[in-house]
Amino acid sequence: MRPFTFSRPEAPALAIAGKDAASRFLAGGTNLVDLMKYDVERPAAVLDLGRIAGLREVTQAGGTLRIGALVTNADAAAHPLVLAHHPLLADAILAGATPQLRNMATTGGNLLQRTRCHYFYDRQTACNKREPGTGCPAIGGVNRIHAILGASESCIATHPSDMCVALAALEAVVVAQGPEGERRIPMAEFHRLPGNEPQRDTTLGERELITAVEIPAWDYGAHRTYLKLRDRLSYAFALVSVAAAVTLEGGRIAKARIALGGVAHKPWRVAEAETMLQGQAPGEDAFAAAASLILRGAQGQGHNDFKIELARRAIPRALHQAAHATPQSHVEKRIA
Amino acid sequence: MQNQRIIGTPQDRVDGRAKVTGAAPYVADFAAGQPILQAHPVGSAIARGRILAMDTSRALAVPGVVEVFTHENRPRTSWFGSSWQDEVAPPGQPLRPLHDARILHSGQPIALVVAETYEAARHAANLVTVAYEEEAHHTDLGLRLGTAYVPPKTRSGTTPPPKPKGDVEAALAAAPVTHQARYSVAAEVHNAMEPHATTVIVEEGGALLIHDKIQGVMNTQATVCAIFGLAKEKVRVVTPYLGGGFGSGLRPHHQCFLAVMAALALNRSVKLVLPRDHQFFLAHRPQTEMLVALGATRDGKLTAIRHDAIAGTSTYEDHQEVVVNWTNLLYPAPNVSLSHKLVKLDIESPTDMRAPGAPIGLFAAESAMDELAEKLGMCPLQLRLVNHADTDEVSNKRHTSKELRAAYRMGAERFGWQGRPLAPRAMKDGHELVGWGMATGAWEAQMQTHHARVMLDGEGRATVGVATADIGTGTYTILTQIAAEALGLPMARVTVLLGDSLLPKAPVSGGSWTAASAGAAVDDACARLKAELLRLAQKKGRLLGATLEDLRFADGAMARWSDAGTAIPLADILGESGRDSLVADGKAGPDMLSQLRYSSHAHSAVFAEVRVDEALGQVRVTRMVQAVAAGRILNPKTARSQVIGGAVWGIGMALHEEAQEDHVLGRRMNHNLAEYHIPACADVPDIDVLFVEEHDPRTSPLGVKGLGEIGICGAPPAIANAVWHATGRRVRDLPMTIERVLGLKDTPA
Amino acid sequence: MPDDLSPRGPDLLSVPITVNGQERHMRLAPWTTLLDALRDTLGLSGSKKGCDHGQCGACTVILDGRRVNACLVLAASKEGSEVRTVEGLAAPDGTLHPLQQAFIAHDAFQCGYCTPGQLCSGVALLEEGHAKTPDEIREWMSGNLCRCGAYPNIVAAIGEVASR
Repeated sequence: MRPFTFSRPEAPALAIAGKDAASRFLAGGTNLVDLMKYDVERPAAVLDLGRIAGLREVTQAGGTLRIGALVTNADAAAHPLVLAHHPLLADAILAGATPQLRNMATTGGNLLQRTRCHYFYDRQTACNKREPGTGCPAIGGVNRIHAILGASESCIATHPSDMCVALAALEAVVVAQGPEGERRIPMAEFHRLPGNEPQRDTTLGERELITAVEIPAWDYGAHRTYLKLRDRLSYAFALVSVAAAVTLEGGRIAKARIALGGVAHKPWRVAEAETMLQGQAPGEDAFAAAASLILRGAQGQGHNDFKIELARRAIPRALHQAAHATPQSHVEKRIA
Repeated sequence: MQNQRIIGTPQDRVDGRAKVTGAAPYVADFAAGQPILQAHPVGSAIARGRILAMDTSRALAVPGVVEVFTHENRPRTSWFGSSWQDEVAPPGQPLRPLHDARILHSGQPIALVVAETYEAARHAANLVTVAYEEEAHHTDLGLRLGTAYVPPKTRSGTTPPPKPKGDVEAALAAAPVTHQARYSVAAEVHNAMEPHATTVIVEEGGALLIHDKIQGVMNTQATVCAIFGLAKEKVRVVTPYLGGGFGSGLRPHHQCFLAVMAALALNRSVKLVLPRDHQFFLAHRPQTEMLVALGATRDGKLTAIRHDAIAGTSTYEDHQEVVVNWTNLLYPAPNVSLSHKLVKLDIESPTDMRAPGAPIGLFAAESAMDELAEKLGMCPLQLRLVNHADTDEVSNKRHTSKELRAAYRMGAERFGWQGRPLAPRAMKDGHELVGWGMATGAWEAQMQTHHARVMLDGEGRATVGVATADIGTGTYTILTQIAAEALGLPMARVTVLLGDSLLPKAPVSGGSWTAASAGAAVDDACARLKAELLRLAQKKGRLLGATLEDLRFADGAMARWSDAGTAIPLADILGESGRDSLVADGKAGPDMLSQLRYSSHAHSAVFAEVRVDEALGQVRVTRMVQAVAAGRILNPKTARSQVIGGAVWGIGMALHEEAQEDHVLGRRMNHNLAEYHIPACADVPDIDVLFVEEHDPRTSPLGVKGLGEIGICGAPPAIANAVWHATGRRVRDLPMTIERVLGLKDTPA
Repeated sequence: MPDDLSPRGPDLLSVPITVNGQERHMRLAPWTTLLDALRDTLGLSGSKKGCDHGQCGACTVILDGRRVNACLVLAASKEGSEVRTVEGLAAPDGTLHPLQQAFIAHDAFQCGYCTPGQLCSGVALLEEGHAKTPDEIREWMSGNLCRCGAYPNIVAAIGEVASR
């Protein structure tokens, strides 16, 4: 790791005051410390958020579930309020990483998790995300885990989080505090597509601190699933994952929300597909149509071509699971 | 007559307590918490070319950095030795780290930073900048198949394919039923949990105490002495525990030479623990492309076998494995053509990896047999039985023993194979297709010359020493059992010392030969000790006229079988003779005469059940039975673990493991444990291991064949055959990732 | 991102951490991980470095009651915390923890390198209550890779202790 100064601000305002482009907030450390060891992240200063109080609560008010930025993934997934009101979030979190990592990783940190692109991690290769302007060897290189949607000529990396896929489907809002005060950023606008600035993963400002995530009320109960397809049955990033929740009225879909992981630089959501499903009877034709809408414009890079077809099959299965109230278990590996 | 039975009984590992309390010291644990220099390597970013310039100034400026070694400033006096050939090196010129400006593969070590702390060394290593002159490289085996060659020099310890027999092409053309297909297995990386590491302690007077991640301390000692021109007395290698080897620790690797170089140059103790990513450029199982053609009569009798393999190797060494011989070993035919060729690539040399060659070749052969059975409309197990080889046609020798038929029978029965529908896609459970597959495994039973010493002390405790290693296989435990049974001592009174170059000479622990060889050497040492004890006793007028056969060793004493009243505690014999201790040396090695007439192999019958999500391609191995015929089982508990471990490796080879190469950069890219997948706990079902009784006094003095490799050998094809049986899709390229299982990845014809 | 390469310190930080019930005062550079502090500063080499990136679980320790990958924890961020390592699982009189005993009885390890992490993970798992079925154990132990492939025996060992 590059040498850095270390401080432990005791309030968000102090953390924000001490933050600049060359410094990093430290929460769980599972990604930041990892990247610092690879010399990919080189902060001059690390601001440890561990002493800040008030960011570790899960609360509910007016139907909105609020999860503090420093709530660990493990705590969020086990919290009675989360299980009661947004079990899809718990499903997604438990599909990711390991018990150890989930005990460390935080809600805020997970939102800022960086890509698993091989080239991003290997400082002996070029990477526009790591060092803008150097090129993207993943294009034409080893790109089995890369994006099929929303990629650009400068970057084809994917966002690796599971949690964020559920948050996107649930239309969560990221609450951030900055020098100018508090800002609420809808999930759909929080992560960016790479465009020609792949070094920017999110729309968060350099001096903004995530303080919480808020999820609006929606009672989908068991009509949800987080379906994750990966190279081994646990402890692997998603090749394709689908977070889906529906509510049914009179046997028809009243509301559907679908987000994909592992396919793009951000959790992938296509509102048109969700609108299309509204009012339809749950069934394979409707689900396949939704998949087509979601995957419109999908493009493979060679090794990852299969992801398009895999997603085309995973989306209807996830919708089937959601419609039938058979959420995918993270323990039972059989896919319902 | 025999002493108390310890051999053959399930025993807990004698090093269990050390391992569950964290007390067992591995290489990086030596000198933990003590001031010792820490080193960090710099790897090449390019695959082929030369270094034009290196700038180490910023690295040297980092506080705490002591030195940055490169090819330009490495100590010239250090690189002695005309040959870098270690004990198991293949033909060629081993990589000499920092030798010159040449780059032979991506990730090649080109600098070593040595600092007072690990963080300083790692930080400084990132500050070294390099200017390269790149040359066109070749890393894509598929594009270079046309350059394949038969290695001019056979690697010691491997058997090249035999000369062709009959006329394969004509026989294939004439055969009523044929099958031909290409198969491939991806390059794999060992990824033992313990990183490759070397801790060099510079002792007073300049002697070196080296802790090296090595499967045989004498290999490191000899190679270090040769390279650095050191006397053996000045170099002691001590590695009591190895955090997994799997072949990656057979050869001393560059981190050892670099650490010794730095320690000698700086006259200070140095620790070099390779970061995980660097280990992806250290050793690997070679990517192998194969063609198998089988011809058979309508009742399944093979008339022709062709098996060609082409494997990648480095530009500087001809690494060779036995890949294709297994096919003919298992199945006789009048017309046989086997070949194994290499292609030079700009990669590091491959290295033996658990059962080198066997699971690769057997994946192709046993998949092809399954495909042939399909064409014949025959049960795959029946096809194996029809073609069972009663003799070894590769070497034209008889088997010392071969209970493969019994293994098939027992395995099939335990698995419930009999109810298996012949047709694929016949078993479905919800979204999942269920498939059952089977395959045969084989691995050569080998012996290597081992020496052993046993010492009995005045309190009746025995200490056994052999310079071999326990790489997790259970060597400490089985040698304890052997000595305890031979001497009639409880296991708690026997201490086994391994992994120290001061101990009696032994080769690397590999090839599944350690139990048979070290075990026999210890047994021999114990026999000599007992003879000496009897001689001493008789000098004092006891047990007169008795021979060893007349004596029973039990409860720390020896007595006539016929008269328990004659018992004398072993300690008393020493006491009466005025000795503090008694030492005996033993030795065991291959029986050349027996080897001329017999060939010896362990065999397995592997049965696997998979469940495949029909639409999504997720494969789950839900059951596996391995029936193993491997001679005498010394310790059923650790033996079962060996087979389970091999089976897990088979799951990894079948479903997960692939070193993914960027051929534009000539660089392996998934160089971490998050993207190079080895099986996790969730991927592994209960594995049912059966041992088939096999009495085989010819294979080795103890009747042991070895178990380190047999567990993996038949597992990948059994799983692949089960995937076919579930889905009807034949996946001929490993690993069977989702896209292959779903047929969403083009496979070259 | 600045490419200023001069170290900004190292002002060593005072980091008191209770390790296996004993308060230890360490002076550490801020980039020292908990794993390196345990191993290199305290000489507690039972916790192992397998990948140094949270991808193998060999470094698993129990931090304030939770299992974590010690290789990804900056020690300075954990002042005042309590850490339990493999060296602290057995009773002071040397009596092994039931899971340690079960690991020996079930031969739940071969080379032993991942074992300290497996044990810390398993002890935490038992306390979490995620060991109700073999499948549950498999999933909740998947953060600890074992290259020797001892998984079935690890599952059996944990299952046995969980069922007591």
